[in-house]
Amino acid sequence: MTQRFRTQAGGIVDRSRPLNFQFDGKRYQGYAGDTLASALLANGVRLVGRSFKLHRPRGIFAAGTEEPNALAEMRLGARREPNTRMTMQELYDGLEAASQNRWPSLKWDLLSLNGLISPALSAGFYYKTFMWPASFWEKVYEPLIRRAAGLGRASGVPDPDVYEAAHRHCDVLVVGSGAAGLAAARAAAAGGARVMLCEQDFALGGGLLAEPQQAAWLAESVKALEGMANVTLMPRTTVFGYYDHNVVGAIERVADHFPVPPPHTPRHRYWTIRAKTIVLATGAFERFIAFPDNDRPGVMLAGAAQTYVNRYGVKPGERALLFANHDAAYPSLFALQDAGLGIAGVVDPRADSAMMTEAAARGIQVYAESEVVGTVGGNEVRGAGIRRIGGAGTETVAAADLVCVSGGVNPAVHLASHSQTKLAWNDKLATFVPGAAVMRQHSVGSANGVVGIQEAAAEGAHAGAAIAGKVADFDLPKAVAPDPTVWPLWEVRARGKAFVDIQDDVTADDIRLAHREGFKHIEHAKRYTTHAMGTDQGKSGGIVGAAVLAKARGQRVEEIGLPAFRPFTTPVSWGAIAGPHTGKHFMPTRKTALHAWHVAHDAVFMEAGQWLRPAYYPRKEDADAWASVLREARAARKQVAICDVSTLGKIDVQGADAAKFLDLLYSNTFSTLKIGRARYGLMLREDGLVFDDGTTTRLADDHFFMTTTTANAGPVMAHMEFHLQTCWPDFDVQIASVTDQWAAMSVAGPRARDTLLPIVTGLDLSNEAFPFMGVADAQIEGCPVRVFRISFSGELAYEVATPAGYADRVWRAIMTAGEKHGITPYGVEALNLLRIEKGHVTAAELNGTTTAADVGLGRMFKKQGDFIGRSLVQRNGIADASRPRLVGVRSIKRDQKLKAGAHLTEAGSDLSLGWITSVTLAVELEGWIGLALLQDGESRIGTRMEARYPLADETVPVEIVSPHFVDAANERVHA
Amino acid sequence: MIQIDCPFCGRRDEVEFSYRGDAGVKRPAGQEGQDAFYDYVYKRANPRGWHLEWWHHSGGCRQFLKVVRHTMTHEVRAVGYATDDIKVPAE
Repeated sequence: MTQRFRTQAGGIVDRSRPLNFQFDGKRYQGYAGDTLASALLANGVRLVGRSFKLHRPRGIFAAGTEEPNALAEMRLGARREPNTRMTMQELYDGLEAASQNRWPSLKWDLLSLNGLISPALSAGFYYKTFMWPASFWEKVYEPLIRRAAGLGRASGVPDPDVYEAAHRHCDVLVVGSGAAGLAAARAAAAGGARVMLCEQDFALGGGLLAEPQQAAWLAESVKALEGMANVTLMPRTTVFGYYDHNVVGAIERVADHFPVPPPHTPRHRYWTIRAKTIVLATGAFERFIAFPDNDRPGVMLAGAAQTYVNRYGVKPGERALLFANHDAAYPSLFALQDAGLGIAGVVDPRADSAMMTEAAARGIQVYAESEVVGTVGGNEVRGAGIRRIGGAGTETVAAADLVCVSGGVNPAVHLASHSQTKLAWNDKLATFVPGAAVMRQHSVGSANGVVGIQEAAAEGAHAGAAIAGKVADFDLPKAVAPDPTVWPLWEVRARGKAFVDIQDDVTADDIRLAHREGFKHIEHAKRYTTHAMGTDQGKSGGIVGAAVLAKARGQRVEEIGLPAFRPFTTPVSWGAIAGPHTGKHFMPTRKTALHAWHVAHDAVFMEAGQWLRPAYYPRKEDADAWASVLREARAARKQVAICDVSTLGKIDVQGADAAKFLDLLYSNTFSTLKIGRARYGLMLREDGLVFDDGTTTRLADDHFFMTTTTANAGPVMAHMEFHLQTCWPDFDVQIASVTDQWAAMSVAGPRARDTLLPIVTGLDLSNEAFPFMGVADAQIEGCPVRVFRISFSGELAYEVATPAGYADRVWRAIMTAGEKHGITPYGVEALNLLRIEKGHVTAAELNGTTTAADVGLGRMFKKQGDFIGRSLVQRNGIADASRPRLVGVRSIKRDQKLKAGAHLTEAGSDLSLGWITSVTLAVELEGWIGLALLQDGESRIGTRMEARYPLADETVPVEIVSPHFVDAANERVHA
Repeated sequence: MIQIDCPFCGRRDEVEFSYRGDAGVKRPAGQEGQDAFYDYVYKRANPRGWHLEWWHHSGGCRQFLKVVRHTMTHEVRAVGYATDDIKVPAE
C-alpha cells in the first residue's frame, strides 16, 4: 500500500504530481513539495539509519536543518554525496538515496553489537581503550574503528558537476522567510531599500508553512515581495557564515532538486553578499529532553511532527504521546489530533497550565507532574514508560508509536554569534537569546526569543521600517501566542542511555564522565565527548548537554554557557567551496614563447610554479629519462646545447639613483659595474639570510637589467617596491617587470661560439672583444637580440635574449646553425645536473634558512656601506663559523644512489652533522654526486662519511669533496 | 572581508591586497647598529585596537598603502600614501 501515512487532505504538497523515488533500492512514491524525509514517513519508513558509534537504529527526528539522524547518501556513482539531511532534500522524480553506516543491512546491522560493548565506547574511548599495544593502533584498531564508526562514504571519483562563485551587494539582507523575515523584507523594501531575502528551504514561509490558518497571509506577502523590483528572493539558499563588515557567505542549491543539473547550470552557487544591514530572522530550533532511549525511531521533536502533518500531509505515526514542559508545545499535539492520529496522552512535569487544561478538555489524558523514563520497542517505538516526578522505575507504560518531545525552543543565534553578538540568558524561555548587536544587524522574531507569529511579524516589520526610515502599511498576521514559559527540565535520570547528542552518540553519562575526568569547561567537555560536533552542530541538543555539565558542576546552565558558534552553520559541499577553481582552472598556466617548439619536439614538461618548463626531451634511443638527461648534459659539456631560460624573472631598473638603489638591494656593489657588463648579485633579507640571486647588467649609467630566480620573480619585485616606496621614496628609480616581454635561451658548451658566430651580426663574439660577463645588443637573422656572456653550467656559454615575439625565429636559427656541432636542446633536469657539477646553488640550498657564508658566498659582501641584511647578518648565531657549510658529496661505490634529504653522519654514529640538499648522476665524472650542508664542512673535505636515509633504512658511504666537481679554476667560461 | 579605499584605484576588496605588517616601524640608517635593526625586523607591539599597517595593492596599482585598521573589528579608519604621516587613534 503506497503512502499509507498520507492524510486524506491538507498540507501544501501537490497531490496531482506524484514522484517516484528509491531508498535502499526499494521503490516508493511521494508528491511534489515533499522532502525525502516526509516522503519516507508517508510510506511508513521510520528506520532510516544507524548511529555513528553504537550503530543504534535511528529514525527521522526533526523536519529541518537540525536533523541529527536522517542522513543519506544521495545519488549514485560520481555524484554520490554522503550525509545529506533527508529533511532538507527536496524530493524529485527519480531520486535515489541510501541509508548510511549499516552493514550488511539497515535492519540487521552486525555492528550494532557495538551497543553491547558500549561501556568500552564511552567518552574518550579513542584515547583509552585502543592505546595498547602501540603497534596495534595503525594496523588493527584504526581500520576497525574507521569501518565501525563514521557516516556516509564519499564517491571517491571526481565530481562531474560544476560550481559557481558569485558576489552581490544590497542595502538589506534578510535571512529567513518566516513571519518576521517576510515582514522585515516587505517593510524595508517598501521604504525603497534594495533587499535580498535568503531562505534555505525550497518554499518560502519558514514556520508559517506548518500553520494552515496563516496560508493566506503568507501567500499575500510572497506575492507582494515578488512584485517589487528592488527585492531579490533567494530560496534554496543557506547563509552559513556571518563575517566582518556585514559580509555573509551563502550557498544556493541551484540543482540539488534535479537528478542531474540541467545544461549550463551549476550544482551549487557560492554567494558572497555584502549588506549594509542584515536582518536575522533565522527562527528557532526546538530542543529535546534527554531521557533513556530517546533516540529510538519514532521519537520526534513536537514541532517536527506538526510540520509533517500540517505542511506535508503526513502522519508521522498512528498514536502520539507528547512529553513537554511548556505550553507552546501543545498546539503540535493538537494538530496531530486534528489530523486524526490517536493520542496516547501528554506527559508534563508541571502541575497544571492553560494548555494542560485545554488538552484535558480535548479528551487527552494528561500525566501531570510526570516524566518519560524511557521508550520501549526494537527498531521502532512501541511505547513510553512514565513516572511521577521524583518517583523510581516505571509506573505506567503508554502505548504509542510516536513520542513527541519538546524541552523548549532555542533561538537560532548562530549567525548573530558569528557577528560577535554576545548571548544573553532568557529565564522565561530557559535559553540564550542574542544580546546587543555589534555589527549593523537586527535579530527579529523567534531568532530573537520572541514567541508568537503576530509578535514576530511585528518585530520584523518594525526592524524593516527602522532600516528604511519609513513605516510601511500592510497587514500583519493575526494569531494568539501560547504562554512560552518553560519549566526547565533537561534530563530524566533513569536506567538506560539518555542522549544529549543523538548524532554523535553522546549520552548524559558521557558528559558526567568528562566532568569527572577533569574536562569541566564546556569547550573541553565538548571536545572530549564530541558533543555537538556533528553535522547538526548540536542545534537541538547542544544546550541539553551544557545543562547536564552545569548540573555536574553545581551551576546553572547560563553560568557555563555554550561552546562558541563558528561557521559553517550547516554543512557546505567541498565542490561549492572550490567553485570553478579545479583542475586546470586551479591556477593560471604560464607558457614561454618557445612552448610550441618544445611540444613539437616531444618535451616532457614539469611545473615550476605556474610555469611549464621542459624537463627533458626524450628520444627513441633513450632507455629511460636518465638516459635523456645524461645525453643532454653531455652535449653541453662536450659540444653545444640550448635551454629555454625565459622563465627567469626580469626586472628593468631605470633612474638617476638606480645604481645607488642596487647597492642597497644587493649585498655586493653595482655602482662600479661598467656599461655593457653583467655581475652576479646576492640579495639578502633584512634578517641576514639569503633571499635570491641572479645577474644584473648595466645598459647605461641610469639603466640596469636584473634577473631573479624563476620562483622569486614576484617576491623580489614586491621587495623592491616596498623599499623604494617606503624606505627610500626620494630615490629617482623606476622599476618594471619585463619577464614576459623577453624570451631567453642559454647556448652552452665548447662549441657555443662556433654555433653563434655565423648568425650573430653587429657583434664581435671573439673572446677578446666580448669576454666573460660581457653584454651587448646584436641581431640574429635581422631579429634584435641581447647577448649575455654568462654561464650557469660552467661551460663557455651565451644567453641570447630577444623580444618574445622573435623567440621562435631566433631559437630555430640557432638550432640550424648548431646542427653541424651537434646542438642538443636540454631541459631543467640537465640544467640541474650541470649546475650541481659546477657547484652553483639554487633554491635547494638557498632555502630561506641559509646565509651567504653557508653556501660559500660570504666573501661577496661589499666592504663599505649599508645594504639590506648587512646589520643582522653579523649576529652571533648567523655569523657562527660552525654552521653547516656547502660541500660536495660523492658516492664511494659510484653507482650507489644518493638521496636528497639524507643525513650525513660519522660511520657508526647516529648524530646528524649535515644533510644532502641536491643529488644527480654526473656526466663529468662517474656516478652519483650531490651538494650538502655539513658542519665544519671545509675541514671534512677528503674524509668519508655515511649518508643515511632512515625512512628507507638506507646507508650510503660517501666521500666529502669540494662542491666544484667541474673546472674549479673556472677556466672554461673564459675560453 | 575588508575593503580598502585605495587613493589611486578606489575602494577595492581585500583579495587584491597583500598584507605587509606594521607600518609604524621605520628602517634605521645603516650605521645605527644591530639593535636598531633587530627592533626594526622583529619587535612589534601587537595591539588590540588601532594598528597602522602596510597593505600592498599587489593586484592593482602595486603601491604600498598606509592603512589604519582595528585589530578586533577590522574596521578601516584611514588609508593613505606610503609617505603620509598618519596618526593612529588612541581609542
